[in-house]
Amino acid sequence: MVDPSIVAASALHGLATGAVYALVALGLSLVYGVLHIVNFAHGSLLMLALYGVYFLHERLGLDPYLALPVLLPVAGLAGYALHRWVIAPAGGARDENVLLVTLGLALVLENLALVAFRSDTRTIETAYSFSMVALGPALLPLPKLVALLGSLVATLVLWAIVQKTDLGRAIRAVAREREAARLVGIDTRHAFALAFAIGTASSAVAACLLLPSYYVSPQVGHGFVLIAFTIVVLGGMGSFWGAFWGGLLIGVVESLGGLFLGESLGQIGIFAIFIAVLLFRPTGLLGRPL
Amino acid sequence: MNPAQGERAALVFLVLAAPLPWLVDSGTLVHFGIMVFQAATLGQAWNILGGMGGQFSFGHAAFFGAGAYTTAILQLRFGVDAWSGFFAAILAGAVVALVIGLASFRFGLRGSYFALVTLAFAEVLRILANTLEITGAGVGLLLPLAPGLERLQFADRRGYYLLALFLCAASLLVARAVAGSRLGARLVAVRENEEAASALGVDPFAVKMRAILLSGAMAASVGAFYVQYFLYLDPHIAFGPQVSVEALLGPIVGGPGTVAGPLAGAFLLQLLGEASRALAGGATGANLVVYGIVLILIVRFLPGGLAGLARARAERAGAGS
Amino acid sequence: MTLLGVEHLCVRFGGLTALEDVCLAVDEGEIVAVIGPNGAGKTTLFAAISGFSRPTAGRIRFAGRDVTGLPPHRLCAMGLVRTFQVTRPFADLTVRENIAVGVHLRHRSPRRARALAEGVAERVRLADRLDQPAAALTVAGRKRLELARALATEPRLLLLDEVLAGLNPAEVAEMEPVVRDIRASGVTILLVEHVLQAVMRLSDRVLVLVGGRLAATGTPAEIVRDPAVIEAYLGEGADRLVTAESPRARGA
Ligand SMILES: Nc1ncnc2c1ncn2[C@@H]1O[C@H](COP(=O)(O)OP(=O)(O)OP(=O)(O)O)[C@@H](O)[C@H]1O
Ligand SMILES: [Mg+2]
Repeated sequence: MVDPSIVAASALHGLATGAVYALVALGLSLVYGVLHIVNFAHGSLLMLALYGVYFLHERLGLDPYLALPVLLPVAGLAGYALHRWVIAPAGGARDENVLLVTLGLALVLENLALVAFRSDTRTIETAYSFSMVALGPALLPLPKLVALLGSLVATLVLWAIVQKTDLGRAIRAVAREREAARLVGIDTRHAFALAFAIGTASSAVAACLLLPSYYVSPQVGHGFVLIAFTIVVLGGMGSFWGAFWGGLLIGVVESLGGLFLGESLGQIGIFAIFIAVLLFRPTGLLGRPL
Repeated sequence: MNPAQGERAALVFLVLAAPLPWLVDSGTLVHFGIMVFQAATLGQAWNILGGMGGQFSFGHAAFFGAGAYTTAILQLRFGVDAWSGFFAAILAGAVVALVIGLASFRFGLRGSYFALVTLAFAEVLRILANTLEITGAGVGLLLPLAPGLERLQFADRRGYYLLALFLCAASLLVARAVAGSRLGARLVAVRENEEAASALGVDPFAVKMRAILLSGAMAASVGAFYVQYFLYLDPHIAFGPQVSVEALLGPIVGGPGTVAGPLAGAFLLQLLGEASRALAGGATGANLVVYGIVLILIVRFLPGGLAGLARARAERAGAGS
Repeated sequence: MTLLGVEHLCVRFGGLTALEDVCLAVDEGEIVAVIGPNGAGKTTLFAAISGFSRPTAGRIRFAGRDVTGLPPHRLCAMGLVRTFQVTRPFADLTVRENIAVGVHLRHRSPRRARALAEGVAERVRLADRLDQPAAALTVAGRKRLELARALATEPRLLLLDEVLAGLNPAEVAEMEPVVRDIRASGVTILLVEHVLQAVMRLSDRVLVLVGGRLAATGTPAEIVRDPAVIEAYLGEGADRLVTAESPRARGA
């Protein structure tokens, strides 16, 4: 039998990872919900953000959490520009085209990183890297706890932006009724690019929360993008809370699956969920669209 | 150039390329040719399903890898000869296609959903290959070097060159036969508008199943060839996303849905890849950066690929005369 | 002989009832028109008959068989084909290739399919556009293409969903004999149409659908005179309009 406190710790770890997954997936889900595009480059953008955090720490000694105010606007602007001037013009009518363009983007970004930074896996060390916090019976590394809480806060902020601000209202209006939104004077191209910018920015937040307990390499985005897709599909394409709960669920499933089945088979579990949901409930299990 | 001329040009190109290694003594050229033919065949496999049928797979590695592992395992673990292994590989590709096709098309998955499901299937296979003992797990499989036609290995690389060229030509002829058949007409109809096609008596499920079976078998043959040529295989080589990307790049660049497109695209991309690698001082990834840029530019400015460009030029010339 | 029978058909979308207890029969060789205001459920009726949507309740019989729930391609193979109100050309293909897809239902050979496509194109007056891309067609051209593709499947029953809508009067006048010729060749026709003058001239019987229910049936002359129909659908002054526009009144 596995010790219950190990199971509890594993579940807690999973929850912390899952919260970050949820944040990454929320960006993807927002983009899907508003633009109806599947953004293959989402993982690569996260990867770039992770390198951003890494180099800010290594070169300037900037604490990863304090890198947030630097990275957030950069990521937002980059996302805006990418959508407005690369993805939107190439996308055209077929959604397969968007798939191809974002795939092309992923190829470019990932391999540029490979050329520039080589395939080494890099980590950072901070004073608190190895501090542990006792939560009930389980011990959790401090960076994981920060990731968990930070992701929850970021999710709430994101929700508030989407629900309570004029920007969010405009984006939601465009998501539901493109033509109508255009008619009432919303600049749809601008709104689309803003949604994409928010999606990218949430990846930057995830990067800052992630790096102290994680690593960065050119391929790091792969795993995330597939998991994020799983979460988005599980939660219902474009659903906000669906992606949130889906993220937590996948984090826990992955962690417990890894504990009981070994790491690889645990991952297969995730893809099995992914395929099963796509086949049987492509509208998702958990949420409604935004 | 119209499509029929493009097909003929592609076939003539292959015929002319056949004796080339015996005229020019260059190992680089031979290897380059092998890479082009291999990519073109894989691209043709994708093209039948994705280009003609409009079902964009992002997981053709599933078929390629299934073929590669099938022949490698049969040879290594069961003492099966390479030729039988080759045909078993093709069968394995069709079986994987049957599973993926039944799963996705029965449930009417289209567009991005289909792309994501194929991607996930390839990932599942990659993780399985990484875990199971029979596939050699993460270490991979190494085939013993034993040249001889009966073992489908060649001491002289030019043997591989001819074999790859043969596969490429065969895939081209198959694609041509499909394009000129009722199945081809129906595939294109399903691509253009599935509901309208079904209103006209086309069973979209049956049509897509045939396309994916053919496509899977063809992609698997490339996997089997890869094993014979490199004599090494691991989960990433077999099922990694780069295989799926390579499968779709050629036809998208060359002209999706055209018979000659995958070969033209593969040729151009390999050329660009070599050039960029040389320019970047052999840095890994440099060629993929260029591929990514080409992909974005093609989708943006030339959705019909090179074939679309050729057709537009012909139409302009025709209108001018 | 009854070719098509619709029995107590109901179609609901969530809470919305699009069709309620619709019964109708079409005899072999007839031209029957379905008219009704926008949103009456005409297209929904066609979709249910042709297998594109599963009825919530009721049966569809075709050529003596219960065909409820069969997929469109099976029905098409049995000889029941529909056109789409919002035309759906295979945009990347030529007109000939578009029609050939329909021909292929009964003819395997591509060469024969392309050759037969020509004959079909002539029947709908599209022969001069055979090698143009379908995307280049005008609205009238697209309507003809819809008709041609359906005809190419060699149907027994043709469901035409507003093939005259969006055409100018000259184009409508041109299409009428086309439809008549199709009937003369032995094809039964059920059509949805808003262009009332054409309905009156073409059809043997008219069914009026209002709010998902069959409100009246009869010959064109009876329908125009039916006060309930005028009230529910045609609106005031409509009967005058119809009479005034009738061919005799125009001296045609
Ligand atoms: N797939 C669907 N889901 C929900 N409601 C639908 C669907 N299809 C049609 N409806 C509704 O069913 C009703 C009937 O629509 P239908 O298209 O059959 O009308 P119609 O008589 O063909 O109208 P028109 O003359 O405008 O073509 C309408 O209220 C429409 O909004
Ligand atoms: Mg209608």
